[in-house]
Amino acid sequence: MSDGSMTLAPPARRAMYARAFYGLIRRDMRVARREAFQLSMRTIMNPFLFVFVFAYVFPKIGQQFQSGGGISFATIIVPGLIGSAIIFNGISAVALPLVMEFGATREIEDRVMAPLPTAAVAIEKIVFSAAQAVLAGLVVFPFVYLIPSTPVSVHVNNWPLLIGVFLLAGLVSSALGMAIGTVANPRQIGLVFALIVIPVTFLGCVYYPWARLHPVLWLQILVLINPLVYISEGLRTALTPTVPHMHPWAFFGALLALFALLMWMALSGFLRRVID
Amino acid sequence: MEPAGIVIEKLAKIYSRRGSEVHALKGIDLEVRGGEIFGLLGPNGAGKTTTVGVCTTRVKATSGRVTVNGIDVRADAPAVKRSIGVVTQFRTLDRSLTIRENLAMHGMYFGLHPKDAWVRADELLADFRLSERAGAFPDELSGGMAQRVQVARAIAHHPSVLFLDEPTAGLDPQSRLALWETIEGMHARGITVFLTTHYMEEAESLCDRVAIIDHGQILVLDTPEALKRSISAETVIELRLETPNDALVERLRALPGVVSAQASGDAVRVLTASQDGVLPRILAEANGAGLKDMTMTKPTLETVFISLTGRDLRE
Repeated sequence: MSDGSMTLAPPARRAMYARAFYGLIRRDMRVARREAFQLSMRTIMNPFLFVFVFAYVFPKIGQQFQSGGGISFATIIVPGLIGSAIIFNGISAVALPLVMEFGATREIEDRVMAPLPTAAVAIEKIVFSAAQAVLAGLVVFPFVYLIPSTPVSVHVNNWPLLIGVFLLAGLVSSALGMAIGTVANPRQIGLVFALIVIPVTFLGCVYYPWARLHPVLWLQILVLINPLVYISEGLRTALTPTVPHMHPWAFFGALLALFALLMWMALSGFLRRVID
Repeated sequence: MEPAGIVIEKLAKIYSRRGSEVHALKGIDLEVRGGEIFGLLGPNGAGKTTTVGVCTTRVKATSGRVTVNGIDVRADAPAVKRSIGVVTQFRTLDRSLTIRENLAMHGMYFGLHPKDAWVRADELLADFRLSERAGAFPDELSGGMAQRVQVARAIAHHPSVLFLDEPTAGLDPQSRLALWETIEGMHARGITVFLTTHYMEEAESLCDRVAIIDHGQILVLDTPEALKRSISAETVIELRLETPNDALVERLRALPGVVSAQASGDAVRVLTASQDGVLPRILAEANGAGLKDMTMTKPTLETVFISLTGRDLRE
């Protein structure tokens, strides 16, 4: 029994932690509100232009992707572009500020000194950024649904599955963001985005279902380390069930395993950075 | 129940960096009494920041034990954090928030209801003469003003112990004096202040008790007055010479009334007891040794440090 537990009864302690956690959430909300325009531009521009060029302009000028099976390319990319918006925002929301706060400014210090366990400061960051990433996925939906000039067919048969994939996608993305943020330094952040974030989004089964990769077998196997593959396939299952997709056990299992691994990396990295 | 204040027992810290080990603290013992202003004085790299780091839960001790207000920092960091305020030597204001938001959010981290946190922020802004800059972001402030915000933030949640790590490093003289006044204000309200500094004037004029630390070890601990008395010298006479002269130092040491004489580059520092005629005798010895300049001062904590280590605080 520690000295501290004598001075602070468990209910009082829980209340202290909860209030500190809530304070951290309020801080992040205030900052996100202030940066809302910048954040939404960062979220919208890539999917908007992608859908505009490939699903609006291309069909109009008769330059069509071969999608096969009577399913339009515009339908295939809906889950993928939502998934890449989630993962891009989840990573950015944590990694970008964290790299600065650890490396250059040390301004994380005041939050680390809040009266709650240090790991909870990291968990708050992940939870908040996961919510932000989910929101980014929702914001992208109308763009990818409404802009294409060819029919987009989206059917949600299983809402719990969709919600589950969204939440898990957000959490995996922000845990990955923290794992990156605790190892990279400010000078390397451009490199990290080039070497991790861009390959993850390009090779995340965004533009084709995973099953279609079969002719390039080595790639089909290699991309299985990419969390976006499971997010895209999960969203495909939930939103466009007519497109070939993985079995729910496969993507849920993989996302849970990746979440556990990334969470462990993120928390141990965070603690290593803030406690000497 | 252990007493309020800070108790440090056999605290050691070894940093392992790239295979080599740095012994930052070599088993120090200290007791800071509740309500006092305690100064940890020493040169850069002596172990001051590491000591504060362990007390404030940010550095893990290699061995030893620290309690703050009777709570073990390792066993229950959150409970320790609740009762302390910390100002580090770095600017750690939240750059995404205004000054007023910095103060209010800090209050919320420490459990204030949002409405009360904003009231508290405005109160602090007024107390620290920052109200005009309430909407400014940290990057828009001068060093002195940013430091004032950091101190205001550190006391926003009414801590009973305040840690100040080199609080006046890099501040202009006016800001430094203002901060000293603030610290004395905290003291008057019964807050325990643990201060590290390498400015001896700061330790001397502010602190009830001072510990001198060097190379990770505490050399002495007492009131500034007692520390100065301990070297049993009334006057410090510093002679500046054309060239270093070891023979002269030897001769000065042998003079009656001289407590000690030490060479430091082209200067000789002579500590003398109050005794008539000692000055003429020193001048007579120095005659012909190329004496350029001479100053006489009262002993300071710097004199104490030099007589303990043979080095200047700034070296």
